[in-house]
Parts: sequence; structure tokens; C-alpha cells
Amino acid sequence: MWEALDDFYWTYQSLIHAIGVNGILALSVYVVLAVGQLSLGQAAFMGVGAYTGALLTVKFGTPFAVSMAAAATVPALLALVVGGPTLRLTGVYLAIATIGLGEITHIVFLNWDYAGGALGLSGIPERGGVWAIYGTLAVLLVGFTLVARSRVGRAMEAMREDEAAAGVMGVNLPRYRMTALVVSAAMAGIAGCLSAHVSSFIGPGEYGFESAVRILSYALLGGIGSPVAPVLGAAILTLLPEVLRPLADFRLMVNGLIIVLAVLFMPRGILPWRIARTG
Amino acid sequence: MSSPASPLLAVEGLTRRFQGLVAVDGVDVAVREGTVHGLIGPNGAGKTTCFNMISGVLAPSEGRVSLDGRPLDGLPPYRRTALGLARTFQNIRVFSEMTVLENVMTGMHARLSAGLGIFWRSPGFRAEEHAAKARARDLLDFVGLLAAANHRAGDLPYGDQRRLEIARALACEPRLVLLDEPAAGMNPAETHALLGLLRRLRDERGLTLLLVEHDMPLVMSLCDRLTVLNFGKRIADGTPAEVRRDPAVIAAYLGAQQAEAQAGAVPAEAAR
Repeated sequence: MWEALDDFYWTYQSLIHAIGVNGILALSVYVVLAVGQLSLGQAAFMGVGAYTGALLTVKFGTPFAVSMAAAATVPALLALVVGGPTLRLTGVYLAIATIGLGEITHIVFLNWDYAGGALGLSGIPERGGVWAIYGTLAVLLVGFTLVARSRVGRAMEAMREDEAAAGVMGVNLPRYRMTALVVSAAMAGIAGCLSAHVSSFIGPGEYGFESAVRILSYALLGGIGSPVAPVLGAAILTLLPEVLRPLADFRLMVNGLIIVLAVLFMPRGILPWRIARTG
Repeated sequence: MSSPASPLLAVEGLTRRFQGLVAVDGVDVAVREGTVHGLIGPNGAGKTTCFNMISGVLAPSEGRVSLDGRPLDGLPPYRRTALGLARTFQNIRVFSEMTVLENVMTGMHARLSAGLGIFWRSPGFRAEEHAAKARARDLLDFVGLLAAANHRAGDLPYGDQRRLEIARALACEPRLVLLDEPAAGMNPAETHALLGLLRRLRDERGLTLLLVEHDMPLVMSLCDRLTVLNFGKRIADGTPAEVRRDPAVIAAYLGAQQAEAQAGAVPAEAAR
């Protein structure tokens, strides 16, 4: 029995890692969507976290916990810088600013020779692994469920539904927007660091605009009624290409078709169930 | 407590320009504590713009607003809420995905203080949440919506959503409530019930109300004082009886009546 499980893990470990990491990324974009903002910078925050953590581990041999802490802090600081001028405004400014951030970080990764430039950074020692990934995911899921069921969760949903009315109800809008973005960036950074330490290699191409859209699609497909929904969306979108492998050449087509149909017929996501907002 | 001489809400020289248009032009309003004050005037007179400036949703071009002597100028809406200001909206703005109870509890945001205790369900957090729920139920009972507490707010009938907005505003524990056309879209029976509700807010809860309303019978029987706007300017101020006789008010409403009659609209019976 244990042997069979072990075999299963070794065969599919990269997929198992990816589901967990993408689940954390899905939660990171959920936090921003939950206050009615749109971030397309999750891939950039993830990349900054991955590079920060991997560089520390590879070049300075820091313990994994230190690499993780730095991988959460640096993107969070970046979020403060990006959020400062954009979050005082309402509307799509954050989305546009975070697209710009993604382009800038991509160019930096590409031209930064110390971090491997276009070749990327290889030989990252394996740290953390499946327990760290799923432990983090579990802690975040429980944390966000608890937050949702409190005055903070009510304020967040109120902001998403009607920002002006939420402000009149006493919600400090700029502060909530900023906190959501900073927490979201830290989470994406952690996801990047975890993923870098199980894949031994990171490159500048992994954190581009397509990745940002992919991360956003986890939450769009899963829904944002509860923290579980985006994680489910991430799991489905990560598994789907693998499950459809027997279709060979038609795989990507069917994959796309399923996503389009899901969004068309389930606009609130696959899991539209809404968590109660009282503790 | 504000003395009779100094009003609870003092609005002085309030002005808002939109490009060339002066929507509100040097308006003064003084709302005394424990009274119902009506802000009336024909459509487009600048009433809602005044409300938006008083509640901090819109920045005035000029003028000052103070609550119980404390200047509110430049404060964002959430700070004004903390200081005792609450409002409802002309176009209903309940949080429709949330339940009725959650809507009311959202209004308590500034009065609740739960912090990190949220993560370990501290006794303090649980006690606060429990008390908030009980208070929200009381408020729903007060406006007659207790039976619908767990319904999705967006599913409520129109009149009930208006009452929910009032309960949500009361949850802010305000001293002054701005009511933007609370009777709009209500049938006569609902309007009558609303009149009773608003009277109880003043008489039983000691609240001060400033309301914009087009339903003139409601305004005349409810309000202690009226301020009349026309084209952004204050044209009259006084008791309902005084305002009703004011030649400027009669002219403004008759003028509006003729204009609206041409547009096919039936105006309020203000100038009778």
C-alpha cells in the first residue's frame, strides 16, 4: 500500500507540487479580487519571490526559512511601492500598474547576469518539498476562511460589491486595498520560493504576462465566493492538460473549450457557494 | 451635546462646481440636534450633491461642514462615520450578495475592533461578534425585517431594501443620519410605515435626521425644519408652515411644475 503510494508520488511529484503551488497563487490573486481590485502582477511577485529565495539559498547558503521569509518580504515591499500611487485611485489603475511591473521584472531577470540572465538560475537545492507546499496552502486556506468570517471579511465583500457604500459604512478603503495587495504579493512570493526549491531551475520566461493571466484564470474558473473555490480552480486547470493527454493533438483545443464553457455557463465559478461572513 | 445655539450639523457656504456648472452654490444648512430637517427642492437642485459632500463621497469646491463643532473638511467617509455620520443612498445600494444580517453587521465596521484574535477565535472576538449579531437582529426587528435576516439582500422587495439601508445606517451608531429619498418607489402604505419609523428614530432614539425627499405630504408632516434649494442656491429656510408660504418657494415649484408638466411628469404637490 505505502509502496504504491510512494510510486505514485515519484511518478507524479512535479504535478503534485504544481497543484499546491498554483493553489497558493490562486489564493494570492483571490485576496486582491476579494476587495474588488484586479492585479496582473501575481506572476511578477512570484518571480521576485523565486529569485530572492533561490539566490539566497544558492549564493549565500541561507537556511530555507530565511529564504522563505525574504521571498515573502521583498515582493511585499514591491507591492507597497506599486500600490502607493495606484491604490488611492479607484478603477483599473492597479491592473495597469501591475502589468507594467511584470514587464519591468521580466527585463530585470533577463539582463541580470548575477542571477543567470537569460539562462536562468540552475542547481537550486531541493528544500521544503511537498509538506512545505501543502502545509502553507492549508494554513492559508484556514486563515482566509477565518478572516472571511469576521468584520474584515464583511468589509472586503462590501468593498467588492460597492466601494463607495463600503466607505460610508466606515471601511478604510485605501488601507484595505493596500493590505490586500501586500498580503497577496507576499503569498505569491512564497509560492515562487517553494516552487523554485522543488524544481531546481528558474528562468525569466516563467513569470511573464501569460503566467499572470493563468493565475488570474484559477480564481475566475474556481470562483471567489470562498477561499476554497480559487484553489479548486487551480487544481482543475493544472490537472486538465494532464488528464487530456490521451487526446494528443486535440488536447489544448479541448482544454480551451472546457475553460470557455465553464466561464460561459458558470460565471460565478465552478464553486459558487458563498461562505458566511459572520464569526 | 450641542447647545440650542450651535447646531449638530453646520454647513456653511457649501459650493461644488462641475466644470462650468455650479451644482451647489454657497449653501448654508444648520441642523439642530434631535430634529428632522428636510432638504427639498425641484429635481437637479443639488440636494444629492450636498449629501455627497457632507458624507465625504465628493469633495466640495468651497465651504465647510462640521459635526457638533468638529470640522469634517477633508476627512474621508470612514472617518466621518466614526464621528457619528451615517447615510442611505437615493439609488439603493445594499450589498446584494450578502445576507440581510451581514449587511447590517457591515454597518458596525467602525464600532468593532477585532484584530488578530480573528485567527484564533479569541474569547474577545467571539463575544464581540456575538454582541454584534444580537444588535443587528435588534435593528432588523426595529425596521421590521427580522424575519428576512438570513435572506440574500438583493432578493428583498424594493421597499424592504430601503428599510435595510436604514437599519444598516443605524448600525453605524450615528448621531446624524442623512436619508436620501427614503420613500422613493414606495407605495402609500409603505410610505406611511416609513413615516412612523422615522418619527420613532427621532422620538425614541433621539437621532437627528437630515432628509432629501420628494414626497411632500411626508416632508410636511415629518420635518421640524426645511431648507429649500433651487438651481444649487438656498432659496428658503424655516418651519414647514413658513416655507409653504414663501413666495420664492412657490415660484420655484410652480416653475418646475410647468417644466415637468411639459415633460409629462407629475410633480409633487409642494406649492399648494
